[in-house]
Amino acid sequence: MNVNISMKSIGAVAVMALAAACSSTSSTGPDVAATDNANAPVSSIVAGSQEDLEQNVGHRVFFGYDQYSLSPQAQSTLQRQADFLKQHTNVSIQLAGNCDERGTREYNLALGARRAEAARAYLVSMGVDSSRISTVSYGKERPLDPRSTEDAWSLNRNATTTITSAGA
Amino acid sequence: MIRQAVFAILAMAIGFVATPAGARVKIDITQANIEPMPIAVPDFIGAQSDLTGLGRDITGVVMADLDRSGLFSVIDQRAYVEKLSSVDVRPRFADWRIINAQVLVSGEVRPTPDGRIEVATRVWDVYSNEQLGAVSFKTPSDNWRRAAHKVADFVYKSLTGEDGYFDTRIVFVHETGPKEKRNKRLMIMDQDGANPVLLTDGVNYQALTPRFSPTQQQITYMALFDNRPGQVYLFNIETGEQEQLGAFRGMTFAPRFTPDGTRVLMSMERAGNSDVFQMELATRRLTRLTDNPGIDVSPTMSPDGRRIAFTSDRGGAEQIYVMNADGSGQKRISFGEGRYQTPVWSPRGDLIAFTRLYQGRFYIGVIRPDGSGERLLTESYLDEGPTWAPNGRVLMFFREASPGAGPSLWSVDLTGRNLRRVRTPGDSSDPAWSPPLP
Repeated sequence: MNVNISMKSIGAVAVMALAAACSSTSSTGPDVAATDNANAPVSSIVAGSQEDLEQNVGHRVFFGYDQYSLSPQAQSTLQRQADFLKQHTNVSIQLAGNCDERGTREYNLALGARRAEAARAYLVSMGVDSSRISTVSYGKERPLDPRSTEDAWSLNRNATTTITSAGA
Repeated sequence: MIRQAVFAILAMAIGFVATPAGARVKIDITQANIEPMPIAVPDFIGAQSDLTGLGRDITGVVMADLDRSGLFSVIDQRAYVEKLSSVDVRPRFADWRIINAQVLVSGEVRPTPDGRIEVATRVWDVYSNEQLGAVSFKTPSDNWRRAAHKVADFVYKSLTGEDGYFDTRIVFVHETGPKEKRNKRLMIMDQDGANPVLLTDGVNYQALTPRFSPTQQQITYMALFDNRPGQVYLFNIETGEQEQLGAFRGMTFAPRFTPDGTRVLMSMERAGNSDVFQMELATRRLTRLTDNPGIDVSPTMSPDGRRIAFTSDRGGAEQIYVMNADGSGQKRISFGEGRYQTPVWSPRGDLIAFTRLYQGRFYIGVIRPDGSGERLLTESYLDEGPTWAPNGRVLMFFREASPGAGPSLWSVDLTGRNLRRVRTPGDSSDPAWSPPLP
């Protein structure tokens, strides 16, 4: 995996880079030791940006069918998001709840709201100020993967974090 | 701005033969097993030669309406023996009996002194040699399709005793573009798919779950925006004007008018939890009807205004619940396996239609408000969102027939046997049936 690290706050971002590297093998354990890595490759990703969030933290958590409870994996991703938000205090985010196509429109809009709220509540419990987080539900209307397969449905059951106002 | 003017069509009984008190031919549409009634519909006569084509066009629409109902079998015109010369002449019934017609519909299109057309129709019982009914509609000639639907409604009522549903419209979601970034706009069309017109531009939002007002040329729907919670809107079909129904921090969705048209039931989400609310349109006063940690969505009121059905997952998987109109007495009525969503109360009050999910398949079904008599009418990869014809005898819904197939509109009768695809321009979902047009 090609890990990108910004010029700013190299040490802290390196932690996330390691976490992201772990996630490439789909084991996103939170137990990544903080180490300075002076030799990490340098790129143009701006710390605290959406790209930083996506590449180095993880901007999506996934849910089971008709579920809105957070798996251990989702919790560790959200833990990293909380750390990211505590580090970049000017950043505000929106959490969008999404569903697979195996439900009705109306129910899925409600379920998507539950998923966004589950992620929001977790971030708040980790100390993120709730005023920095807004939520929205897209139900089954914005599938990430347009296919009608189990794999696609797993991807489409998510809460996706988007930076709405960026900080430095 | 969209102008969807609806011309009132005045119906007049026409004289000449008295309608008998008790018709001999009768279709009982409540019966489970109905043989379609053989019916002859010769081309409506043009009183002037330049009205011959219009007469033929009207006949085509009448025949298609009657055929789609599943209650009639329209006999091929090439088999007809008698050529009628006027709607006011008694037919030679033997000529219609010989082709096994039970009922004959005759008609004539005439010019009126004020430049409109008059469509006169008679319905005949071929075996008792009696007229079952006669009616005449006057309308501008470019409104001829509505006159044809009125004729079909008249035939339907003459033979079933129930109101027809042919002079109605459907509002639905017209879908274009890739699934991940779908354009969803409201479209309106006649019940038979004619005259489709886009109502919304769909530039900044997806329009979902439209529903007709029972009393006005008005629709309520949900606008799903980018980056802010979706909200319920009102849309005036005649003027194209629309307005957000209140302004709330949480999402408002799943709107549906009450049967008297004075209120909109909807769900509102607060801190991730959805409950059922009611908004009075005159005052914009919002009242909470459910307060439960489970998801409560898809409220629908009984036609007498006394009860509301909705979906809730408070007991685990989603099931249908019924409560009093003030929110008291909440009680589960569906107990089958799988998940029950989108209840819709019949305009007759006797049944609630729903979407059921079970073992990876979707079904449209009906259940009595007391929870008894559940019947499944359709099944596919995805069948969703039933809407009732105003006479409560036919349902329309949308279907994705197989994984990845685009959505299309379908109708089914309460026996489940008369399943038909509804013609639409392109992918379509979320149909809502209008009340009878004025």
